[in-house]
Order: sequence, then C-alpha cells, then structure tokens
Amino acid sequence: MDYEKILSPTVASLPPSGIRKFFDIAGTMTGVISLGVGEPDFQTPWEIRNAGIRSLENGKTRYTANRGLETLCREIADYQKRKYDLCYDPATEIMVTVGGSEGIDAAIRAMVTPGDEVIIPQPSYVCYEPLVRMAGGVPVILETTAEYDFKVTPQMLRGALTAKTKLLILPYPCNPTGAIMEKADLEALAEALRETNVMVLSDEIYAELTFGGRRHVSIAAVPGMRERTVVVNGFSKAFSMTGWRLGYACAPAPVLKQMVKIHQYAIMCAPTTAQYAAIEALRNGDEAVAAMKEEYDLRRRLIVNGFNELGLACRTPLGAFYAFPCIRSTGLTSEEFCEKLLYSQKVAVVPGTAFGKGGEGFIRASYCYSTEHISEALRRIAKFLQELKQG
Amino acid sequence: MNTQLLKLLNRDSRTSVKDLATMLGLSEEQVRAEIAEMEREGVIRGYKAVIDWERLDDANVSAIIELKVTPKTGLGFEEIAAKVMRYPEVESVYLMSGVYDLNVVVKGRTFHEVAKFVAKELSTIESVTSTATHFVLRRYKEMDVELLGDGEDERGSYSL
Repeated sequence: MDYEKILSPTVASLPPSGIRKFFDIAGTMTGVISLGVGEPDFQTPWEIRNAGIRSLENGKTRYTANRGLETLCREIADYQKRKYDLCYDPATEIMVTVGGSEGIDAAIRAMVTPGDEVIIPQPSYVCYEPLVRMAGGVPVILETTAEYDFKVTPQMLRGALTAKTKLLILPYPCNPTGAIMEKADLEALAEALRETNVMVLSDEIYAELTFGGRRHVSIAAVPGMRERTVVVNGFSKAFSMTGWRLGYACAPAPVLKQMVKIHQYAIMCAPTTAQYAAIEALRNGDEAVAAMKEEYDLRRRLIVNGFNELGLACRTPLGAFYAFPCIRSTGLTSEEFCEKLLYSQKVAVVPGTAFGKGGEGFIRASYCYSTEHISEALRRIAKFLQELKQG
Repeated sequence: MNTQLLKLLNRDSRTSVKDLATMLGLSEEQVRAEIAEMEREGVIRGYKAVIDWERLDDANVSAIIELKVTPKTGLGFEEIAAKVMRYPEVESVYLMSGVYDLNVVVKGRTFHEVAKFVAKELSTIESVTSTATHFVLRRYKEMDVELLGDGEDERGSYSL
C-alpha cells in the first residue's frame, strides 16, 4: 500500500503534540521527577465515584439520550447559573460531551467551513490549531505576551479581525500561562465583537480554578455576548475526573442543534456511568472542589515563590494549575532548557514552545503535585541553574 | 488559631518556616510567632515521626483494650484514666461513648507481653470491671499516612 497517497494530507501534516516529546524521553529514564502532568493528583472525590458505582449496581449500562441525561443537563444549567450567572435551556442549549475536548471539536466543526479564519491566542492548549485545520479553517495566531499578563487585548483582537473571521477561541483560565480574563478585560473584547458576526468559543475547563480572590467570569455573561458564544466546560479539572471523560457545551439553540448532530453521528452519547457520577458532582461536589482548590493555592504560592527565588521570573498565575516562569535569563531556548534539565537533574517540565511559538523563553510547570514533590523539583532546578552558571 | 497552619504541620511538621510562610502568605516572623503561641497554649503538643514499625524485623505488637470501669463518686473517670496512662506500655487513652468506657492502646514486644500486661496490670486496677483485648494484625493507615504501597504516581503522561 502506498499510504502516502491514502492518508489525508491535512491530517498527515499535523504535528504531534510537543508535550509528548519530553515525556517520551523521560519515560526511558529512572528517578525522573515530573512537573509535567496536566492532570490533578487527587482521586475523584469518593461520593462521586460511589454515584458511578451505584449507577452500575442499578444496571444503568445503556446509551443515554444523545445530548446526555436530562437530569444531568438540568444540573448543568443550575450549576452554570449558580456559578457564572449563565442561563441555558437544558432541553435545547446544553450537550454532554466526551471531555471538554469533544465539545471544542464539535463547536469548531459546527461553525468553521474551509477558508474561515479562526483566531487562536497562544500560548494555549495544543488542540485548537489542529482541530481548526481539520475543519479546513485557517488558524490566525494571536501572540499574547507577559507584558499584558498573557491576556487578549481589544487592540490585538481588532488587528486580527478580518471579513473572513468566523471564530475567536478564548482559552481562559489559560493552560499553560495561568492567565485569566477578568470582567473588564472581557467587556473590552465584547466591545470589539458586538458589531461583528464573529462567534466565540470559550474554553472554560479551568473555571473552578481561579485564585487570589478572583472568580471566573464567562464572556457569555457579558451583555450581548451570550448569543455569540459557545461555552465549553467539563468535570476533569474541577472535580478531578479526568478518566471519566466527561464535559459539556452550552450554546444558543441553533448552534447547539448542529453540534448535537456531529456528536450523535461521531459519539452517540457520553459514557453513562460518568454521567451519573457527574450528577452527584454538580449536586454535592462544592466542598470537595473547595478543598482541592485550597490545596492548589498553597502549592501555587510555593512554586511561584520558588521560581522567583531561583531568578526565573514567574508571574503569579491566577488560574488553572500551572506556573509559567521565564527562563530567558539562562540564555537557553525553552527546548534546550527542558532537555538539559531533564538529562542533568531528571526534572521533567514542558517547553513553552509546545503551546505555540510565543511560548519561547518560558517553561510550563504543573503544580498538580504534593508540596514535597514540588520542593524536591525546585531543589533540583536550583542545582541545575548552579551547574549552568559554572558552565 | 491558624487552622491552615495546623493542617500543614499535621501533614508534615518538618516543613520549613520559610515554606509555611510562602504557602500561607504570611511572614516568617508571623509563622514563628503563631507556632510558639500554639505550643504555649498546648494546642501543639509535640512533633513526632510517623513510623511503619512493621517494616522492622523486631516489630512491636499493639492491642486495643476496651475497659469497663466503675467511676468513683466525685472523680468521674479522671482518676482511673490517670492511673492507666501512667504505664509506659500505654500509648493512648480515650474515654468512649457506647458500651465500654476507656479505650486503651497498649504496645509491647510480643503478644504474650501485652497479654501479660493486661492480665497483671490493667485488669487488676480497682474499679476496672472488665477488659476486652483486640490485637492489631495489620496497619493500613497511621496518622493520615497510608502505609501500604510506595506512594507511586499512578498518572501516566498522557495529558497533552
């Protein structure tokens, strides 16, 4: 077979995720201590797991409605109202997906046609650009910078808008930068978007994880924006439910209707057990979420302070669970830094460039690890920096 | 009382004052002062290692003894509790609600030694009306620390 001729050139030309490379090297070594994983270290809270178990005991082992269990959709609507002041009709505007990822994919495929431009702020999570390309869209990269706290400013946005712009992706709280967009930031963006036909895909998977007294604000809650926004959220990060593969999308009915078709044909429905567990998470999970968040907050302070003391300037991240320190003072590129650090002190971190060219000069360090683990990693990084100085 | 500070110390009492201060958003002086205050007030009673004795060859054995006692008029359970806890073999003493009165954790080198201690010492104390001895066979979790396994990170590196 001549696979070159068979395979889709669009797919074949997609690069594999840059995060993988360092994990693959790290996987061949022993004694590696990682700050690489973007996955909570907590177990799913017991009551949530138990709800999944109970559903199995009760024989809930069949397909659910394509859009998800009616009860779950209602709970999602209540939760979005309670937490973020968003109003969605559970019967026509909410769909339960396989992780937030599927919601992002379905939203992009429902709206983007070949030639459409999609504005993607970077550094950001690695899936947007490939998904846009697979839909035939043209990614337009917005380089956010440390100078503006890695936020999208109205000036940047206006500079990128064209007659072909179909969609703006808004990935806040942001993996890898830890940046958030506050109410005033979002209102300024809304100003630039209101007179256009541009839609927003707001990836709010880290919405529960904001710090320093900030609460997450959704752009859909800004006047005039609900009708032009698809909100994607999920259970993985907030409730420590990564392996359950459950997320959801909220969108105006005409958009959601099309997303449901994609979901229906490609997925059928999200896993039933996970949906039952998710009902419990939304109903009674607040306390567990607060406890995990408190723990992340301690770690956040520890790691940010640690990097700054080592001379790797690190802004205080206000969301998600990543620190994004600048490593330019070492004179190394992000990739060089990560590779040398891995070989010399066996610490795995991810180069900022894995999240877009604009990540050059930065590394991503996850703080989904115990404080002991973080302290040990910082000690090793200190040794590494010492070595670098001594040449 | 800074309960967050207590929680951190309870988790790892060897955490440096510097790290405690960073995590709690306090100055090192504040942390030192709060710890000193809590030590003075008897909120913090000591700092100890969590030891998995079973990993040693000459492991100790321990037992939980349920004591039923007749409290003395005017003194309640305090006097008998004071008597029981004087023994170095006794690790902890709790007054319990329910069918018995004192829960006494006793440790010794062998089952025989513990049994002898219960028979010769505890059960002969005046006002102890009965004892029930339960030997500990296996410890799974001690002072919040899971003793089985090696605490390995189960997460793969699959996240993108």
